Order: sequence, then C-alpha cells, then structure tokens
Amino acid sequence: MTMIELPVWIEWCIAFMLIIGATFALIGSVGLARFPDFLTRLHAPTKSTTMGVGSVLISSIIYFSVVDTFSFHELLITIFLFLTAPISAHLLAKAALHLDLKRVEQTQDLRAQSAADPDKPK
Amino acid sequence: MLIYALQYAFFAFSIALLLNLWRLYEGPDLADRILALDTIYINSLALLIILGIWHGTQLYFEAALLIAMFGFIGTVAAAKFLLRGDIIE
Repeated sequence: MTMIELPVWIEWCIAFMLIIGATFALIGSVGLARFPDFLTRLHAPTKSTTMGVGSVLISSIIYFSVVDTFSFHELLITIFLFLTAPISAHLLAKAALHLDLKRVEQTQDLRAQSAADPDKPK
Repeated sequence: MLIYALQYAFFAFSIALLLNLWRLYEGPDLADRILALDTIYINSLALLIILGIWHGTQLYFEAALLIAMFGFIGTVAAAKFLLRGDIIE
C-alpha cells in the first residue's frame, strides 16, 4: 500500500492524534470488560471511547484537508457522537436503576470488596 | 511514520472490538449487552474512518455517519424498551 507523501510535521500530527485516539478507545473497552458492576461499566466506554473516536476523526480532518481540499465534514460525526453519547448513557443508567441491577457497595477494586464481606456475590 | 500509526490504530481498535464482543457474550444483564453493542458501533465507526485514511478515500465517511445515526437510534430504542417494556407509547 503506497501512501501519498506528506510534509513530515503534518504526518506526525496525524499519527499523534491516531495513537491518542486508539489508546483511549482501547482503554475504554478494557474498562467495559473489566469493571465490576453495570454502573461502573457504563462509565468507561461512554467517555473514553467517545474521546478516542473524536481524536481519530480529527486526524481524518487533518489528513483530508492536506491531501484533498480543505474540509471538516468529519466534524459532523464528532459533534453527533458528543451529543448522543451522554443521552444513551443517561437512558441506560435510568434503565439500570429501574431494573435495580446488582452493584458493588463502594467503588473500589474487587479484592477489597470481597475481603470486606466475603459472602456477597460479585 | 503514518503507516505505523495506522497499523497501531487498527490493532488497538480490533482488540477493543474483541473485548466488546466478549462483554456482549458474557454480560450478565441485558443492559450490559446493549452497552456492549453501543460501544461496538462506535468502535467500528472509528475503524471505518481509519480505513478511509489508509485508502485515501472519503467514500467511507457517509457509511460512518449512517452507522453513527442508526446506532444511536438502536441504543435509544433498546434502552427505552428496557425501561418501559415498550418503545413507542
């Protein structure tokens, strides 16, 4: 795959935003997989994944503004995601409160939790 | 330089998608599965944008925008169903 030659500093900017975004999204998904109960799991992807996708879209804006004509219509997706992620998180949190899902007593790590009261199910 | 960053981003988003799939399979409650689907559509949208940078085409932008819109509608509908037992009252 041959890529178009770009000025070096622009390439560094795009690569920086891509790496930041991908790392944020990965951390959000690790949080989704690792956290102990639903309300903490809700916390991880709705914030850091949105941030990560925003950074990736900014890198796409920079790339296509340099290669092609200046355009920032990727900003549409960014704004849309930044508007809609809190709404869906709010609705899911309301649903979780309504269904009264299992949750840990305090926001601590699991070992401290199960050491405090061992008969409580995780 | 850019090609390595793109490869890293592809790798990171693929791992993220696998973790989301695991949560979708494992998730103890229905709300966890809806949350996993919500994260999956956001991650796949980013993957599509990265593919667009890689191929140097803006063709994938419209697909990403559509995924963003319909994914949000799907999440809201599923959460609403969980909350009320009905979507449109």
